[in-house]
Amino acid sequence: MNDWSRALSANQAEETAAPMAPATGNRGLQIEEKLIFEQDSPGHCGVDLAEPAPFRSRLDGLERQSPIGLPGLSEPQVVRHFTRLSQKNYAIDTGLYPLGSCTMKHNPRLNEKLARLPGLADIHPLQPVSTVPGALELIDTLAHWLKTLTGMPAIALTPAAGAHGELCGMMAIRAALEARGNCRSRVLVPESAHGTNPATAAACGYTVDQIPADATGRVDRAALEVKLGVDVAALMLTNPNTCGLFESEIIKIAEAVHAAGAFFYCDGANFNAIVGRVRPADLGIDCMHLNLHKTFSTPHGGGGPGSGPVALTESLAPYAPLPWIVHGPDDLRLLEHKTGPAGQSLGRLKGFHGQMGMFVRALAYMMSHGSDGLRQVAEDAVLNANYLLARLTNELSLSFPGACMHEVLFDDSFLKETGVTTLDFAKALIDQGYHPMTMYFPLIVHGAMLVEPTETESKASLDEFIEVLKALATSARSSELPHFRAAPVSTPRRRLDETRAARKPVLRWGPEPLERDAPE
Amino acid sequence: MRYLPLTGRDRAEMLAVIGAPSIDALFADVPAAARLDGPVDLPKAMGEIEVERLISRMAARNISAGSVPFFIGSGVYRHHIPAAVDHLIQRGEFLTSYTPYQPEIAQGTLQYLFEFQTQVALLTGMEVANASLYDGATACAEAVMMAGRVTGRRNAVLAGGVHPHYREICETYARFVGFALQAQDSILRDEDLAQFVDRDTSCVVVQNPDFFGEVRDYSELAQICHDAGALLVVVVTEILSLGAIRPPGEMGADIVAAEGQSFGNALNFGGPHVGLFATRDKFVRQMPGRLVGQTVDADGRRGWVLTLSTREQHIRRERATSNICTNSGLCALAFTIHVALLGEAGLRRLASLNHAAAVLLAERLERLPSIRLVNRTFFNEFAIQLSHPAAEVVEALAGKGVLAGVPVSRFYPDWDEAAGLLLLAATEMTTAEDIDRLEQGLCEVLP
Repeated sequence: MNDWSRALSANQAEETAAPMAPATGNRGLQIEEKLIFEQDSPGHCGVDLAEPAPFRSRLDGLERQSPIGLPGLSEPQVVRHFTRLSQKNYAIDTGLYPLGSCTMKHNPRLNEKLARLPGLADIHPLQPVSTVPGALELIDTLAHWLKTLTGMPAIALTPAAGAHGELCGMMAIRAALEARGNCRSRVLVPESAHGTNPATAAACGYTVDQIPADATGRVDRAALEVKLGVDVAALMLTNPNTCGLFESEIIKIAEAVHAAGAFFYCDGANFNAIVGRVRPADLGIDCMHLNLHKTFSTPHGGGGPGSGPVALTESLAPYAPLPWIVHGPDDLRLLEHKTGPAGQSLGRLKGFHGQMGMFVRALAYMMSHGSDGLRQVAEDAVLNANYLLARLTNELSLSFPGACMHEVLFDDSFLKETGVTTLDFAKALIDQGYHPMTMYFPLIVHGAMLVEPTETESKASLDEFIEVLKALATSARSSELPHFRAAPVSTPRRRLDETRAARKPVLRWGPEPLERDAPE
Repeated sequence: MRYLPLTGRDRAEMLAVIGAPSIDALFADVPAAARLDGPVDLPKAMGEIEVERLISRMAARNISAGSVPFFIGSGVYRHHIPAAVDHLIQRGEFLTSYTPYQPEIAQGTLQYLFEFQTQVALLTGMEVANASLYDGATACAEAVMMAGRVTGRRNAVLAGGVHPHYREICETYARFVGFALQAQDSILRDEDLAQFVDRDTSCVVVQNPDFFGEVRDYSELAQICHDAGALLVVVVTEILSLGAIRPPGEMGADIVAAEGQSFGNALNFGGPHVGLFATRDKFVRQMPGRLVGQTVDADGRRGWVLTLSTREQHIRRERATSNICTNSGLCALAFTIHVALLGEAGLRRLASLNHAAAVLLAERLERLPSIRLVNRTFFNEFAIQLSHPAAEVVEALAGKGVLAGVPVSRFYPDWDEAAGLLLLAATEMTTAEDIDRLEQGLCEVLP
């Protein structure tokens, strides 16, 4: 040991355990990071580009004169910036992500690798079709898998997300009804539905009529049948529903809907619970979207991109959006116009041919699991949720009795008299290293906590999570309210003032403070 | 199965804890008639090796853009993506996180979306931008619907120079969502759109540069719209053009609906890409999609949250401004990183390189006797008139290993005049050798 290092270690020994006064705001691995706009060193660039040879502009005086206002940074600054930002995020890769109805399962990296193959990522949607037969083959193969799993004869692949799939499905239903001469006026939606369902029905020009749930958390069939009539276009039902329960009377519901001349739309957000074990077509469903970013593991990416293919029954298939891929005598064909077999198509819903990058990932996922593995996915997802249910039923309050499907719904009655709210409980869970469950949804139970572990959690992972939830429930009952109110304390930021954000919206960076009163 | 951590023993133990005799007992609510006894008729599980082999085989049947001289644009552009972009977006903390509903543990996503919103507002010259939509085409339809909400009017005017897919999507939405659309015939020359603007017009939708590549000043049209109480919606399919061209905000646009693929995102056979949506402050509460806003935490430190969510479906249900839930988060991240790497100087340089490449291409093609350049102005894409059907020429050139552009007839098969029209794009990826090969190929194919 030389003198220098000896001096250093002596110094360290004298220090107390507390860190020095924080000048930076940094705490260990949690680094404060300014906006890129606050790191500008003008003229800097993280990409080296040659200067163009002199040329005569063809912009005819429409050149941009004013500066854009973008900051200049070198590559190392940019890489460090975004790496630091990434470290402020919770992710499936870092822990259990029990967001109910979101199906936060492992995202296999093989899928990422394959989606980046030049033959799939570096092809243009408007290349001559003769130069992309493999792309059509891949899309057609994906369609075959999805049709087989749903039991439906047709699948519309272009919708960009679940809500876009809903729009596609409701448009197809409206088109089919219009062809019959009357598009009708009402759509029935259970109270427990995702917000996208009523929003979609309204976007398609329908009034939304809510159906209550019964005491078991399922659609009240008697109330539903009373509301059915000749002006009802469709029922939009999620199955398994957002309480994590299978709609056990679904076949009878479908019969009643069909008897009224209406269509049965199913929100397939929760398909993960039944994939490979139940085909939606066998339940009497006419139309169902699948979220490739849920059941089929394409990454959520912080909120997208998604992909929401829609399975269609025989009577809705002619209205599927463009483009279509059809089988020719010895090749696949791309139909981009409302002609020939696609003459009744509802038209185009998305630019080009849908979310190809997501198709590749979803197909790789399905091929990896195979028919046997996909069935196992549903079984393990349901088993994991029921294991949580069984082990937490005495500590938390279960909203509805009996077994659940892939997610388990608790309400806040176990927090009664403690002063702790569902929000407090969720935030306290963050301090324990977990992303919270879905809170306050579905709306039909008080202070909902919807927990979906998915099949990609091990038993050990579930056991740990169960112990944490039990300990928190015990803390809540033993007057530790201030801890719950203060949580989270160990995160890059503590609770954020959402009221202030909405009242005085600051939606972009500016050199001067941009805060102002919100316009009405 | 490599993605499933439960062992047979785990499953048995867990069933015992649950008190269920078998897994089937947990599916008892499924009507007996709908229960499948065994796996469906699809292949069984495969290892990485087999899956990679099968999908690579499909990929190998396609001709990738990078392997040939390539001149296709028309809404999707082949640009260089710096290596750092794809590395950073694959960090699991970005890739495998959800919509940032819990802001304390999603500041990474929220901060980059705030940066993204700022970049989009700056590029378009607008006051405010959202956290992205699905793609440019659906953003265009959302813009038309928003203009209806802002003005309380139902009639939208759609210019002939708007990308045909964007036009078709607007037509679909118009039919089902219920607004009137006056879609002009697709034409190459300047359109007199002012004649369609009246007191019932919610908006006029134009594209700049337009579908044929022509660059225009829409300031006068903006004034006409505003005088009539209508909005001007400007579509931009090549966002890089705004590094060279006066932005829509400076021309008086009220809403900009754009495709952001050119920054950070691969061609991907058309998706996923990233829709950009920008407007003026006073319309912010009528915007569709997610918005990130700045605020402070309990300790007074700056932070970000999703905000103004009372516009959205999960709060407002059937009264929401849009049914949209998902955005294009990871594609928006790729955009943000690429634009951060470029910065002011790099983005302008890149735009200049693109314009220079297209000018060079146009000059070379204009020399050929059987080709006429249609455009008066252009950025990195333009139309040429051929003496032969463009679709046949493109097919013949593909046979020679050149992807020569997009025949307009692919979009408008019934428009006779379009038969000879070919759209070509050049970018920083286009080399002099590529142009030589195209020119040579055209000389061989054209009489």
